[in-house]
Amino acid sequence: MLEIKNLHVKLEEEDKQILKGVDLTVEAGKVHAIMGPNGSGKSTLSYVLSGRGGYEVTEGEASLLGEDLLDMDPEERAAAGVFLAFQYPVEIPGVGNMTFLRTAVNAQRKARGEEEISAADFLKLVREKAKTLKIDAEMLKRPVNVGFSGGEKKRNEILQMAMLEPKLCILDETDSGLDVDAMKLVSDGVNALRDEGRGFLVITHYQRLLDHIKPDVVHIMADGRIIKTGGPELALEVEQNGYADLLAEVQ
Amino acid sequence: MTAILSETIKTKPSARRDEETAARLAVMSAGATEGWSVANREAALERVKSMGLPQPRDEYWRWTRPASLIAPEAPTAAVFDPAETPIFDAVDRVKVVFIDGVFSAEESDPLELTGVSIERLADSTSDIHWASELYGKLEARGQSPVERPLAALNTWAATDGLLIRVTGKAEKPVSLIYKHASETSDATLHHVIKLEEGAELTLLENGPAAARFNKVMEVDVADEARFHHVRAQGRDHERRAATHIFARLGRESLFKSFTLTANGVMTRNEAVIELLGDDAMAHVAGACMGDGDFHHDDTVFVTHDALNCESRQVFKKVLKNGAQGIFQGKILVKDGAQKTDGYQISQSLLLDGDSTFLAKPELEIYADDVACSHGSTSGAMDEEALFYLRSRGVPMAEAQNLMVIAFIAEALDEIEDEGLRAELLDRLTGWLDRRRG
Repeated sequence: MLEIKNLHVKLEEEDKQILKGVDLTVEAGKVHAIMGPNGSGKSTLSYVLSGRGGYEVTEGEASLLGEDLLDMDPEERAAAGVFLAFQYPVEIPGVGNMTFLRTAVNAQRKARGEEEISAADFLKLVREKAKTLKIDAEMLKRPVNVGFSGGEKKRNEILQMAMLEPKLCILDETDSGLDVDAMKLVSDGVNALRDEGRGFLVITHYQRLLDHIKPDVVHIMADGRIIKTGGPELALEVEQNGYADLLAEVQ
Repeated sequence: MTAILSETIKTKPSARRDEETAARLAVMSAGATEGWSVANREAALERVKSMGLPQPRDEYWRWTRPASLIAPEAPTAAVFDPAETPIFDAVDRVKVVFIDGVFSAEESDPLELTGVSIERLADSTSDIHWASELYGKLEARGQSPVERPLAALNTWAATDGLLIRVTGKAEKPVSLIYKHASETSDATLHHVIKLEEGAELTLLENGPAAARFNKVMEVDVADEARFHHVRAQGRDHERRAATHIFARLGRESLFKSFTLTANGVMTRNEAVIELLGDDAMAHVAGACMGDGDFHHDDTVFVTHDALNCESRQVFKKVLKNGAQGIFQGKILVKDGAQKTDGYQISQSLLLDGDSTFLAKPELEIYADDVACSHGSTSGAMDEEALFYLRSRGVPMAEAQNLMVIAFIAEALDEIEDEGLRAELLDRLTGWLDRRRG
């Protein structure tokens, strides 16, 4: 469903190449994990796919279900089915979490030519999904992510994902800042969304998240490229030996 | 320690000031020549003559050019039809309508409200009147330490206005509607509001009023009385307004004023508030949205002269396409005004690089056991937050609107009545939506 071919990306502000030819295919129903050392370009890949400004694609392409993603605005990508769970969810003082969620759900429905969800149906749906993520009514009322703990922010990301039902879920270091219990809660939330029609791209430093969200394919990224692809055992190998051996092997 | 209170900031003598003051006075006349107000008006004229009208070099006029506000003729202003239901239309209220500053009996409700006496200034020509203790008196008090000549000019020349005396809890708001009909109208209105002990009133104001509008409102809030003021200044692009609120607060009283402004080439809103009784509370807030030829100035002076009082100044400005926002806010805590809790925030959201916001927050404190804080910020829309919203599928324009509303929220929250707050929020959202289309 997600096709990335020879993707080259540099920072707009400075002449610095971050991605140097990424090739990646994520099939519907599969969970792909991307691991790699700091600065390898993992987060950049997630931002470029979701349309954040500040990056320039110098070569290559990326498409979702045959649609060219790179030409779309972030909101169009969202409507097409891309969802990025942020590593650092943004605080938006003054915008209520509920208002935000309903605006987002309805905007996407509108973009797809569907009817807006009624206030009553929306409320029912949010409450139901929030409950499984242990998000209480108080958290829903508060401004988006303001005063949330690290764990609350990540759970809020998963709640948005559950409400928006994207086709491609990109999780950018969702495990960072989570304790063991929170990690389990978040992983359960993600696993509940695993579905035949949905693909996942899970970006992480550590293998531990992959104990909870079991990947089908694991990629190792270094210096702007995917240097190795394998099964879940590859993640274990990294956990035991670090990246040094793999990097040496490639060089 | 002996406290030295700030001295009155005297305007400097200048030939140009004298000339311009004389030119302005020459085309105006006293608003009344008989009755109780005559003496108050004459005293005000003396104040105008001794101060002279504002000049660009005056300390509090450096950022707002006074020329168009003091010119003998009002600069013309086209009448704008926003093609929308007038604001507050759904509110159960006593409507009082002025068209270009002229009272309209036809469009107004009868001036009757239980627990409230409402009279027109123009009708009030008796020799003795309760308002003589306040008319021009609070304005005169407010001339020190900062002179406000346009308010004195108003006291002298005001042709009409309301004299409202509240003895109980008013069951519905008094709603002043200022319509603008003539492109060259120059309106001068002066209201006096007296809330007796324990009384309560909500005053609503809306509309552009005139091509040029000079308005003064004097409010005397007695012990334990409560005054709520919610104002929407009208969306005529070319209108000009200089308004003053002078308020005096008694023990355990409450004063809350909120102003929403969208459009207007020139707006100067001054609020001069004195907390004279212990445990009083004064909140003055405003939100404005300016696009293009827009100049909006909030000048606020809050004086704490009693124990354990609270004041808040919350002003938010959203500016684009070269719009200008000004905030000059002061908290003066007099010697002995212990346990004062003063807060002041002024912020602007600059939607492009052409707009400007100038702020002068001032604190002057002579008591030693007080908590006063102030802050002023100016910035662009948070790109990270915008991307976050868009990444969830919210289109750019809608995401920006959400951010604007969020920015203004703290000021809107100063409106106590939930219904009124919701109405203004709704209105604001509508304005933002339509601007998009």
